[in-house]
Amino acid sequence: MNTAEIPRRDLLETMVLLRCFEEKIVEVYGRQDMKTPVHLYIGQEAIATGVCAHLRKEDYLVTTHRSHAHCLAKGADPQALYAEFYGRVDGCCKGMGGSMHPAFPDLGIIGTSAIVGGGIPHGVGTALASSLRGDDRISVVFFGDGASEEGTFHESLNFAALKKLPVLFVCENNGYATVSPLFNRQPNPDVSERAKGYGITSYCVDGNDVEAVYEAADKAVKQLRQGGGPVFIEAKTYRWKGHVGPGEDWKTGARDREELEQWKKECPLKRYLAKLKEDGVSASDFDALVQKTDAMLDAALEEARKSEFPPTEQMYELLYRKGGC
Amino acid sequence: MPWTAVCISKDDSLRFEQDGHRCLSYVEALNEAQRQALDSDPEVFLIGEGIDDVGGVFGSTKGLKEAFGDRVMDMPIAENGLTGVVSAAAGVGMKPVLVHMRADFLPMSMDQLTNHAAKWHYMSGGQTSIPLVVRSIIGRGWGSAAQHSQGTHSMFLSTPGLKIALPSTPYDAKGLFLSAMQDPNPVLIFEHRWLYDSVGPVPEEMYAVPLGEAIVRRKGSDVTIVAVSQTVQQAIQAADTLAEKGIEVEVVDPRTIAPLDMKTIMESVSKTGRLVICDVSCKTGGYGAEIVCRLAESDPALLQAPVHRVSFPDLPTPNSPVLEEAYYPGVDDIIAAVEAALS
Ligand SMILES: Cc1ncc(C[n+]2csc(CCOP(=O)(O)OP(=O)(O)O)c2C)c(N)n1
Repeated sequence: MNTAEIPRRDLLETMVLLRCFEEKIVEVYGRQDMKTPVHLYIGQEAIATGVCAHLRKEDYLVTTHRSHAHCLAKGADPQALYAEFYGRVDGCCKGMGGSMHPAFPDLGIIGTSAIVGGGIPHGVGTALASSLRGDDRISVVFFGDGASEEGTFHESLNFAALKKLPVLFVCENNGYATVSPLFNRQPNPDVSERAKGYGITSYCVDGNDVEAVYEAADKAVKQLRQGGGPVFIEAKTYRWKGHVGPGEDWKTGARDREELEQWKKECPLKRYLAKLKEDGVSASDFDALVQKTDAMLDAALEEARKSEFPPTEQMYELLYRKGGC
Repeated sequence: MPWTAVCISKDDSLRFEQDGHRCLSYVEALNEAQRQALDSDPEVFLIGEGIDDVGGVFGSTKGLKEAFGDRVMDMPIAENGLTGVVSAAAGVGMKPVLVHMRADFLPMSMDQLTNHAAKWHYMSGGQTSIPLVVRSIIGRGWGSAAQHSQGTHSMFLSTPGLKIALPSTPYDAKGLFLSAMQDPNPVLIFEHRWLYDSVGPVPEEMYAVPLGEAIVRRKGSDVTIVAVSQTVQQAIQAADTLAEKGIEVEVVDPRTIAPLDMKTIMESVSKTGRLVICDVSCKTGGYGAEIVCRLAESDPALLQAPVHRVSFPDLPTPNSPVLEEAYYPGVDDIIAAVEAALS
């Protein structure tokens, strides 16, 4: 790919948004008024950014318990997410789902499962709908290395390959499921190898290199839009925070601090900034971008906190959709 | 009797300690029970996602990996397949314990449990049996929402061949687990996260709390409350409050909902004529419905007043803290139900 075609500024801005959005959560979580378990994405920003840059608004996206960044990169309103985390009626799910179950149907995010592997068939399902309807929407489904152990992973890949569905599987291989390391759970550390077994075009990329992800996704999305059947991208990365909550795993003894420090050197933002220096992006440009983003998020968070709590009746009213006979 | 006591406060357990009874928390009792099971039988093994983590499944399996090595194993996130794997290991005589961090993940095992493990003995004409124990934990609160806070025990009630236990005290946590380990059938144990820190007397030696035997936690003559799991504590608190108003509540804890000890429940209801049932799951299709139906089938005249159920509403759990507050019943709801049963 010609580097001139890569929207470098957009990629940087999106990564900064994803990072700042979550750092704000880390900042305020101690107040204990955001009563929802938060699974943070810090360290993995290059993946959502590099993939979602190719998506159209109407394309479908399926995420997991670690959902925030995927939604934001697809265009979700940060305030609607924060309000959801605060359990407010203005949240993207009216306070019913919390951090693990966002839905933005206008953005092709119809709902989110926090059951590991639960979402993989959903991405195949939206792709099946597109295929049957002959519309040109594609579907992308994000999941972790852990989810590739579930039966749903294999069942879904098989069916998507069989029917040549327009679905992009993105495995964010961060080496851990909760605190269990990959080698405790899988004999082969390359999840993409398994996709090859189903005859699915597969790429394995450095998930901390946003352009590497962007380029693989570019090839993948082209294939999907041309009706060439499913594609699989495995992006190798690392999650900085604990499985859930704002803490870090070395503090609990679950990981070595050394390992984290090594990976922090591979920070996708820092690495990209170093590259963009060639384009004349300076450290102070970057700081200004961070400050601007942070101020926007501060305002979004405050507005979200001002939102009302839902009325009790809401939980009864939402059990069934009205209509039918 | 120290072994039937429900300690609500620290003072309650201190009283027993002063009398020379060793007290442990619910989670310590579980941990000790598993340690002793592993120690006493080389065929016992533990498997579950993150079972050897630093956290050790909220502390319940802490230290067991270090002590027993390969017999305590982490598991891929592949619940249904692995339930089949350990069921067959049980089928050839091993004693596996499968652990799910949350009761919400148990439905992933449902195919193997309901279509296979529960029926194997029957279908094989009694030749094969599946001595499998499955632990799973009910949790709630902090926006756990609809996929991380369910009590899924009722879902399994209509599968013949499974035994289902819901320990409510540290004593029972250990004793029911050890009974389950001796049982030649698949046994599901539902623990409650909110009970993990509760403390009570627990003997050091191995002992059994038989599956299928209810216990009267508190004697009374006016109303029977049948309560399981975390609601036993709430029922005792409600009974204490009601006693101040001169209402004597009998609290019965079935301990297992399959098999269900109707004899003890019937004895209590025949004394009081009034019944309130408490559960840690949604109302419809719960064990309470089964109790009422069995009462109606055998002796409807025992009931002098309508039955009241205190359980989660028939709704998925909402995330918002204000909705959680409205969703979960508390001690006040039990008191109100008792008063309604008396009015
Ligand atoms: C069916 C099921 N089993 C277990 C869990 C508990 N759990 C939540 S996230 C997780 C690990 C997921 O790891 P991975 O798919 O690699 O995603 P990551 O958290 O690393 O992003 C586990 C075991 C669950 N939510 N659902």
